Amino acid sequence: MTTTPPQTYITAELRAQLGVEKERRVSPPIALSDIRKWGIATYWPVRPPRIYWDEAYARTTRWAGIIAPYDFNPFAWPIDDEGWARLMEAVKGQVKSGSPDVPGSRGMNGGGRVRYYNHMRPGDVISSVSKLVDLKESMGKRTGLLLFSSSETRWTNQKGELVKVSVGTGIRY
Amino acid sequence: MPELKHAVNLWWEDVREGQQVPAYVRVTDLMNWNRYAAVNDEFIPFHMDNDAALAAKQPGVFGMGNLRWAYIHNMLHDWVGESGDVVAVDLRYTGLNFKNDTLTARGKVTRKYVEKGEHLVDLEVGVDNQKGENTAPGQATVRLPARGG
Repeated sequence: MTTTPPQTYITAELRAQLGVEKERRVSPPIALSDIRKWGIATYWPVRPPRIYWDEAYARTTRWAGIIAPYDFNPFAWPIDDEGWARLMEAVKGQVKSGSPDVPGSRGMNGGGRVRYYNHMRPGDVISSVSKLVDLKESMGKRTGLLLFSSSETRWTNQKGELVKVSVGTGIRY
Repeated sequence: MPELKHAVNLWWEDVREGQQVPAYVRVTDLMNWNRYAAVNDEFIPFHMDNDAALAAKQPGVFGMGNLRWAYIHNMLHDWVGESGDVVAVDLRYTGLNFKNDTLTARGKVTRKYVEKGEHLVDLEVGVDNQKGENTAPGQATVRLPARGG
């Protein structure tokens, strides 16, 4: 069943979220093994650089130890109450996105921009704060009305040092 | 598996504007996508189930944008080696990565300059598929050591 697409996805309620801190998360400590697996997955089928898995080698570099890849996500596989609830919510949305033809229920990654300040390392605990910073719409040829929503996210480590500031754009249609 | 060789001493002085960065090439299918899904906990049906991809109005399963994001970072890391840093990346996903695509993450130096004592290089980057379509155009900045300090 096809639902009539709306004139706009930008409701007053959504617009009111602009600039409002919407998520504050704290990661579990970053595990060496997760860094190694991240390297393997993103370099597959080539062996990843030693800086991501060989401590003896990493100690000889200017970082004096293993670092995480820039794009490493310490928030994957949440298990705390809030993280688990968010995961279940996301899974519900994903299941919905694969079934009926409901405009606005489908999502896509539009891209992002990031500025890096400090590397993540094993044992680091990363805090993340996000807020919605931009809402735009356009008409897609195959997809109909598209909503582009951009959120700014700041990550800091347990020492309060800035790790990265990113602006990611999600697309709904 | 072959091991990468790192350019451990890429000096800022040795970079020239217009220079191409060594490309990072991967043929992508479920071997890459499933491993990425596993580490990033990114189990979205349209990345692994053709029916879900068709329901999402796409011609078939497609890879994660985040994996192309990783490829760009890996290309930059492999180029600057462990003496340099990736400072910024800006990428838009304008196309999708379908099964068996050959993806080429590439970069071209557009500007080298010194700002606040840091020796920086700007690049135009992108991820092309085998048809030559740029599925993820963007920009990046890296910081390099300088012989002059």
